[in-house]
Amino acid sequence: MPVQVLLVEDSPGDARLTLEAFRSADESIRLHTTVDGVEAMAFLRQEGKYAHSPRPDLILLDLNLPKMDGREVLAKIKDDDSLKLIPTVILTTSSAEADILKSYELQANCYLSKPVELEAFDELVRSINDFWVRKVKLPQQIQS
Amino acid sequence: MSTVPEQRRSPEVLLVEDNPGDVRLAREAFHDVNSAIRLHLASDGIEAMAFLRKQGAHIDAPRPDLIVLDLNLPKMNGREVLAQIKSDDALKMIPTVVLSSSETDGDVLISYRLQANCYLRKPAQWDAFVGMVRSINAFWLTNTRLPQKTPSG
Repeated sequence: MPVQVLLVEDSPGDARLTLEAFRSADESIRLHTTVDGVEAMAFLRQEGKYAHSPRPDLILLDLNLPKMDGREVLAKIKDDDSLKLIPTVILTTSSAEADILKSYELQANCYLSKPVELEAFDELVRSINDFWVRKVKLPQQIQS
Repeated sequence: MSTVPEQRRSPEVLLVEDNPGDVRLAREAFHDVNSAIRLHLASDGIEAMAFLRKQGAHIDAPRPDLIVLDLNLPKMNGREVLAQIKSDDALKMIPTVVLSSSETDGDVLISYRLQANCYLRKPAQWDAFVGMVRSINAFWLTNTRLPQKTPSG
């Protein structure tokens, strides 16, 4: 069964890098991208054009997003009895201690800083795949 | 290349596990994988909470960078430990990884509902167990950014 991953990322360059890195790491992953926080919530709530979108098994969430930033998306996810079960991994350029702490306080499942170098970025995505897709027991696969 | 954060040089890991065989396995595996890790042990839920709250014998306990938590524990089970950690403003930001031999849907779901950072099934074979510990070390103690501890923590 394919693993559904929601990437919330406003940079098209980073989105493409992530897609390619996941593709080369694991063909069974289905990556969905939304470019701002409002779209992300619509996707998660399966509203409007997302009425038939799958529920993600994993969310990769950037913090600095237009319309509704990642911190607010995180808070909304973790406030929702159904959505809060979906592991939400922060994947952001910020390595500010305040952002790290706040994210964990809001119950982000983990926090990753995006490396600048391409190779390091690829490796990070690979490690996300190795850990979150291959090792971790994800909740969604039970419910579906 | 950024410098390794202070906490990463000697990560403090709290293992909450009651089975002595599993404790021994875990100690060996963690040491093999990363000898810089300082592994602390609590063998039941009450001791785990005392360690985390620095009470009694644990008054000088360091704050863990990571908690590895079994579910089936005497005195206070892992689900309750998890619930207490995640409802405590001073503790909830510590990544808490459930490592349990249980694979029942109920246990997985309730762990995520209680905001476990992730759920891992504890392998029975030594090699696979070491592999799992290696993954935990590689992901949580190397790649992941952890919340920095305050001077008192």
